[in-house]
Amino acid sequence: MTDKAKDKTSVVNAIWRFFSSVRLAVVLIALIGLLSILGTVIEQNAEPEKNVRLFKKIFGEGLASTVYRISESLGFMDMYSSWWFLMLLALLAVNLIVCSIDRLPGIRRIVSRPMEPLKEEGFGHHGINKEFTCKGSINDVRVKVATALKQLGFKPDEFIFERGVQYYAQKWQHVRYAVYVIHLSIIVILVGAVVGIQFGFRGFMKIDEGQTTDKAFSRKGEEYHLDFSIKCDDFTIEFYGDTDTPKTYRSWLTVIESGQEKLKTFIEVNHPLSYKGYTFYQSSYGPIGEENGVLVFRVKSKDGKSEMIFKKVGDAFKIPGSTLEARIMAFSPALGFNKDEKPYTYTEMLNNPAVYVLFREGRNDKYGGWIFKRYPKSWDIPDGSKLELVDNWGYQYTGIQVRKDPGVWIVYLGCICMTLGLYFAFFISHKKIWVLLVSGKGKVDIKIAAYAHKHKGTFDTNIDKAFGPLRDQVAADKKGD
Amino acid sequence: MGNSSIFFGIAEIGYFVAMMVYIAYFVFKGDYLGKVATTVTTVSLLSQTVAFISRWVESYNMGIGRPPLTNLYESLVFFVWCLMFGYLIVEFKYKRRSLGAFVTPLAALALGFVDLTGMSKRIEPLLPALQSNWLLAHVTMSFIAYAAFGLSFAAALMYLIVRTEKRNEPAYIFWSVSGSVFFIVIFAMLLDYMNYKVIGESAEGFIKNFLFKSTFRNSSHGLTVFSYLVAIGGIFLTWRYGYVLKRIIDSFNLSVDFLDELNYKLIAVGFPIFTLGGLICGAVWADQAWGTYWSWDPKETWSLITWFVYAFYLHARYIKGWRGRKVAVVSVVGFITVIFTYLGVNIFLSGLHSYGDLM
Ligand code: HEM
Repeated sequence: MTDKAKDKTSVVNAIWRFFSSVRLAVVLIALIGLLSILGTVIEQNAEPEKNVRLFKKIFGEGLASTVYRISESLGFMDMYSSWWFLMLLALLAVNLIVCSIDRLPGIRRIVSRPMEPLKEEGFGHHGINKEFTCKGSINDVRVKVATALKQLGFKPDEFIFERGVQYYAQKWQHVRYAVYVIHLSIIVILVGAVVGIQFGFRGFMKIDEGQTTDKAFSRKGEEYHLDFSIKCDDFTIEFYGDTDTPKTYRSWLTVIESGQEKLKTFIEVNHPLSYKGYTFYQSSYGPIGEENGVLVFRVKSKDGKSEMIFKKVGDAFKIPGSTLEARIMAFSPALGFNKDEKPYTYTEMLNNPAVYVLFREGRNDKYGGWIFKRYPKSWDIPDGSKLELVDNWGYQYTGIQVRKDPGVWIVYLGCICMTLGLYFAFFISHKKIWVLLVSGKGKVDIKIAAYAHKHKGTFDTNIDKAFGPLRDQVAADKKGD
Repeated sequence: MGNSSIFFGIAEIGYFVAMMVYIAYFVFKGDYLGKVATTVTTVSLLSQTVAFISRWVESYNMGIGRPPLTNLYESLVFFVWCLMFGYLIVEFKYKRRSLGAFVTPLAALALGFVDLTGMSKRIEPLLPALQSNWLLAHVTMSFIAYAAFGLSFAAALMYLIVRTEKRNEPAYIFWSVSGSVFFIVIFAMLLDYMNYKVIGESAEGFIKNFLFKSTFRNSSHGLTVFSYLVAIGGIFLTWRYGYVLKRIIDSFNLSVDFLDELNYKLIAVGFPIFTLGGLICGAVWADQAWGTYWSWDPKETWSLITWFVYAFYLHARYIKGWRGRKVAVVSVVGFITVIFTYLGVNIFLSGLHSYGDLM
């Protein structure tokens, strides 16, 4: 080898050794941990004033703005996507990969090494050792030992020698790989996250009831056009009982592509819609004013006929089967009554929509009153018919989080791998057992050696249980003597 | 109020009694005391189980219908349940009672926090984001894991007490300071409770207005200084006479390896459950509800830090072959991060998590 090539390999070796050290992993994890703590103290992606206020508390008035400027330029205000934080994650990933590759051959040797019978001197030096004598012929005992081993889940090999026989077996040797599955799954999750960041998109859509749009805005306010449009047909909200605590809210959506309706569905919190790689999450809602608002009524006349009516504030309509005319005088998104029983609107959110309807007969005002969407009692008209406020269209917008994340399945795959890896690494153990039978006069000497990578105590107890009948026989015989 | 609060009241009193009996047993020995302690704990646990089920039924009768695991109050109470259940399993399996003197104060601390802050105990309707089975799995498994970590914390603390000899040893200083601070906090909160009977405040309000007001934050400067002096004195005494504790534990003939092993076993159960329930189910829930499986919000970040600490424990033990004192310290630190993740984040840091305002 030339000196140059040697240099090169030694450099490569040094780098390899650097990355295969577990100490590096400890340092990296500690750094990531400490920086993350900092990231929970400094509010991320917040308005500057918030963190300036925090810095004032810590560093005093004078220094605060300077400290802010410096930490801002170092990326501390959006730390988890700063180059140095991502770099630490990348280093950890490399560390993990190199470390695994470095140790894999050793583990493979352990796993693939075939079990061999143990020399007689070898008994007594394992994690679990047992020795006892059993009455009977060796053939009787062999049957019982085979049963015991089967009960323990082993498929033993047999080694016959002049004075007796040895059974030996191992199981679950492959769980030795489980920790590698755990480590690999961390890499898989990180890869999934990178794919998501690189090829994904995240944005927010605000669609007024009845409107159609293909526009979404990123957090930084950039506009983004989907390949299709979403129409919000309706937005509905249900409350718990009489309270203003929302129980469910839903947007009824239509997906429109090249002028055609492709899909009609609704979304709720925790029930998103997926279409062509995009996922739409119900995220918020709010009022937009009354200009385009349409009120939907259901009139039930005295003879039981019912009819739907669509009107705006200011419109009038005839009540069927009656001489009454109804005129919509006012709309309140959330009507409440104050101490003096005076009606007022307590919020712009549509928590308790109500309309004031005036009923006239010919020229004369007969009666008027508030009709609430949420209170059926308010729907009765004194003349015996019913006017129900069914819905209000065009008064609200729905806020939808849009996401395209081709990496999310990779992340989930990683999570599944990690779960499986953890299960095998912690709850299943590599086990080995050797049972030596030496025949004597009317008796058999039994020696057991066993090893468990984990859960030695349980294995020990299980062996005792499985071999219990053989031992009990000894005890019973002894008593009989 | 329904049956659930009656049964829960019984359980709560029972746990406090159990704590005192366990401590008495710890100091005076006596099989009789030990049996009383176990019986009281078992009865309290049964009573709490009845309370849990009747609260569930009550929620159905109110038309809300969900397992009682969805707000801070319910989850802390569930933590106590898991902790005591896990403890009884350990006690039964290993036939050791002395650990009880270290575990029951944890339960008392959690219950004391519930009562002191006067956090809302009502069965409240669930906001849409919280109506998710993933969330339920997340909360349930997180608290089972936290209970395992809490038990490992108790075992680790005992281990440290037994295994440290010299007063200038870092591990000795560590356990005597952290242990005495822990008891001083419980005691100071107890004083607040007796003084103010604080109820009906939000947790933030409680912390601002009442926490430690009868001691460290008293309006009278004299009392404040006095409290600090007493606290420092308490820490000093624990440090100075810690060997008494050591002798007591020694007299139980616990093998130190047993404590080390127990510490490891509990973490080996807690870690996978925390990974699956605390991190993975939480991420799936966030993904379903908001479309982000990970957003680095403070609660998530602190869960990750907790996870790192326990991963560090496992690696240190497994690869470096660290045993005993060093890993016991890691285990104690781990449980401190658990407490911070659950309560500290809500109290000190703001986040978008729904338990955010503690009410
Ligand atoms: C934070 C992420 C990590 C987690 C959750 C994790 C998890 C684990 C677990 C559960 C074990 C098995 C321990 C036991 O059986 O008690 C383990 C072993 C191990 N880990 Fe990690 N690990 C992480 C990061 C790393 C990193 C970054 C490295 C290295 C560079 C590493 C190197 C190892 C090694 C060498 C073993 C021993 C495997 C063997 O030889 O059997 N781990 N890890």
